[in-house]
Amino acid sequence: MAPEKKKLRVATASLAGCFGCHMSLLDLDERILELLKHIEFDRSPITDIKTCGPCDLGILEGGVCNAENVHVLREFRKQCKTLVAMGACAVNGGLPAQRNHLDVRDCLQDVYLVGVGVSRGFIPNDPELPLPLDRVHPLHDVVKIDYFLPGCPPSADAIWQFLTDLLAGRTPHLGHGLIHYD
Amino acid sequence: MSDATKPGDAPSLPTFTLDGHDVPFTPDQTILQAAMAAGHYIPHLCFHPEFKPHGSCKVCTVKVDGRTMASCTTQARAGAEIESSSDEVRDLRRNLVQFLFTEGNHFCPSCEQSGDCKLQAVAYELGMTSSHFTQMFPDRPVDASHPDVLLDFNRCILCELCVRASAEVDGKDVFALSGRGIKKHLIVNAESGRLADTRLAVEDKAMSVCPVGVILRKRRGFRVPIGQRTYDARPISEVAVDQYRRATRGDE
Repeated sequence: MAPEKKKLRVATASLAGCFGCHMSLLDLDERILELLKHIEFDRSPITDIKTCGPCDLGILEGGVCNAENVHVLREFRKQCKTLVAMGACAVNGGLPAQRNHLDVRDCLQDVYLVGVGVSRGFIPNDPELPLPLDRVHPLHDVVKIDYFLPGCPPSADAIWQFLTDLLAGRTPHLGHGLIHYD
Repeated sequence: MSDATKPGDAPSLPTFTLDGHDVPFTPDQTILQAAMAAGHYIPHLCFHPEFKPHGSCKVCTVKVDGRTMASCTTQARAGAEIESSSDEVRDLRRNLVQFLFTEGNHFCPSCEQSGDCKLQAVAYELGMTSSHFTQMFPDRPVDASHPDVLLDFNRCILCELCVRASAEVDGKDVFALSGRGIKKHLIVNAESGRLADTRLAVEDKAMSVCPVGVILRKRRGFRVPIGQRTYDARPISEVAVDQYRRATRGDE
């Protein structure tokens, strides 16, 4: 009898994202059980493991908006043989990047000091809080990304198509109806 | 199969080959026009069947006997061998489209034109999964001064279709391009620079030709829900050929 095929180790995380892409991953529904015959999760909100070990595949949601995002992204790049940018924010910065033409100091002042309804405001400065970057970046601005899976979020069908292609050793291909930027 | 390529039809017309298919043409047709009339889609953005070819976006680039040319402005020539759907040509086009996504702010999830946008649909057609290059995130304030029309300059790809429509059809010259190179941008014809102070009206041709989401009619953005729009149902390769044939039917 042939030895059981080793499962691929997969890590996922959300950086400057809304977890919508992870919700879409959960939308795979019963197909998750099929997927789990072929993969096992390392660091992921699903396992609650906090650091990323050596993995075959890393899937990142969200862009890079603060110092911690940079740290996690570099950790994923170091540990994952193949790294995927999942969703609009990871691919092009998405909604958080809509602040990119504004000065980050003005943004913070507007939100925490002078915005409508703010009283006795102050700009948070706890050392535990990661510092925001002056601009929000798509992942490929910071590290090499092997594949992009666009969508806001990508549909479960798109994620399924992408993962089954990848697991079968094919270059992922999203045809009409699965490729979406919205 | 199109009517034009049926055996026995139009036997006297000269032909060129497009990816190995014979395509008949009339002397006044460019490669793009002949291809579209015969049912072969070549991706394009600044070309519109009702306007004179412009040749600025180059997304319709093909290889004519080995040389890259804009098919919308290159006259069809008998016996020419034209390569359009090879990986190499598609890669070139995808790069051009990626430049467009990089230079502007194309945030599809919040754009009311999403699903009806030609830029987006062409990018889908070319299998573009990211804009690849380093995004510029330019600062381009919108103009909401007009009571019925919103101008969102973030999405302008400088195709000049609104410029041409306003000048040639509406006779109003509401739009123009100003500046050079990366500073080139769309402006409106009013001393104040505001759309409200132009003669633009919602019935104008210039209102309906924008391939992206720059010129938007107010208060109807989401009348058709996302998911039920033009390119949700069918890819642009099919929609564009139908639209071309409808627009040119009168000429045949």
